[in-house]
Amino acid sequence: MTRTTLTINGRRAQFDTEPRQSLADAIRNELGLTGTHLGCEHGVCGACTILLDGEAVRSCLMLAVQAEGASITTIEGVSLPHAGLTELQTAFRARHALQCGFCTPGMVLALHALFTNNPVADEDAIREAISGNLCRCTGYQPIVEAALDVSRANQDRLSQKT
Amino acid sequence: MKPAPFDYVAPKTIEDAIAHLNRHGSDARFLAGGQSLMPMLALRLARPTLVIDLNRIETLSHIRMQGGELCIGAMTRQGAVLDSNLVAQHAPLLQRVLREVGHPPTRARGTIGGSLAHADPAAELPVAALALQARFVIRSSAGERIVAADDFFQGMFETAIQPGELLTEIRIPSAATAGSGFEEIALRKGDFAIVSAAAWLAIAKDGTCTSARVVLGSVGPTPVRCPATEAHLIGKPVNAVAISAAAEAIPETLIESDSLNASRAYRRRIAPVLTRRALTAALKDAGKAAP
Repeated sequence: MTRTTLTINGRRAQFDTEPRQSLADAIRNELGLTGTHLGCEHGVCGACTILLDGEAVRSCLMLAVQAEGASITTIEGVSLPHAGLTELQTAFRARHALQCGFCTPGMVLALHALFTNNPVADEDAIREAISGNLCRCTGYQPIVEAALDVSRANQDRLSQKT
Repeated sequence: MKPAPFDYVAPKTIEDAIAHLNRHGSDARFLAGGQSLMPMLALRLARPTLVIDLNRIETLSHIRMQGGELCIGAMTRQGAVLDSNLVAQHAPLLQRVLREVGHPPTRARGTIGGSLAHADPAAELPVAALALQARFVIRSSAGERIVAADDFFQGMFETAIQPGELLTEIRIPSAATAGSGFEEIALRKGDFAIVSAAAWLAIAKDGTCTSARVVLGSVGPTPVRCPATEAHLIGKPVNAVAISAAAEAIPETLIESDSLNASRAYRRRIAPVLTRRALTAALKDAGKAAP
């Protein structure tokens, strides 16, 4: 067993793990955060997407021990506790961008990373950002529309400032 | 879908990584970005007893110009290469290719050296490395050796890297005036290619082609150069007619792969089409469109 210390959603956490445990499994089993979903467990579906030091990555393709010292954000950490849904999550609801919800945490985090780097991302950038996330319910169009809503709102705010 | 047990070390230097490998032998595996090895572990296609994590070795991650060569550390993330101004200037083909490799979250972890050392026959980066005539810097406890691109890819998932060795850097000769193009067909954006084609052209001021490299990927166990196609172009003015003739000169026997989602006949049919498109893009990129 290897002791691993990391920051998750702004809080320090420590756990013992076998080296073979994936970060995704550790987030769910050791840290009890089950918002990170595991679909394929070999890097194809994108459901387990998290932010590792601010970048969207697949948590099933990392060992938990590799996250030593890292700062991780999961779906539970995208908004402050009791702060309600983020603008992106609200747009998902308004646009019916989810049905079964299995892919949603991964979608939200992939888009969250995109908007952090590029608040006014266009449709091509949005589609590229979620190109590695599979959704079997929506046909993607409502997800893209929800993201475009956020992009437009960011654009409006930026143009009001200037 | 859970890996078999293994031990884990995360050395901080190249020397320590190689020492671990020497101590443990062939049951040890280097872990780079993990975008191929982690699925192989999960599917138990790979069952190492020791995983040597390279992610803590800072000296394996860099992009710099040195002696007229673009030097990229083996652990440099694919996303970092895609965003690099130096790469855009000296080896834009690498960025054209990387846009087709996986997705932003896989490129955030996946490395240049990991993909090249893995040598998947359908991968795009080996095609680019061959077209760019990259040199591969390989370290062992005995020292350092450099392998040319033409000698590096030796078979399906097989490279010139020997037991006890670690790929540390690739070096690409800068050719700012050359033009390049890359085309592929894949089932979905970001998937491995069914067939890919890279073209690299150096064109003189009078429009004559002075050097040409055409490489096909996913047509056999390794990426392959097409000397017949290259010979069609070198020393002649390059235009649409010449490009079409050169693309049609690909010998059918160069294309062996035959799989469930793409027959050999299909690959033989699309290889010249992709080659023509890649050459056309390379000519345009060289900015010397002949009449």
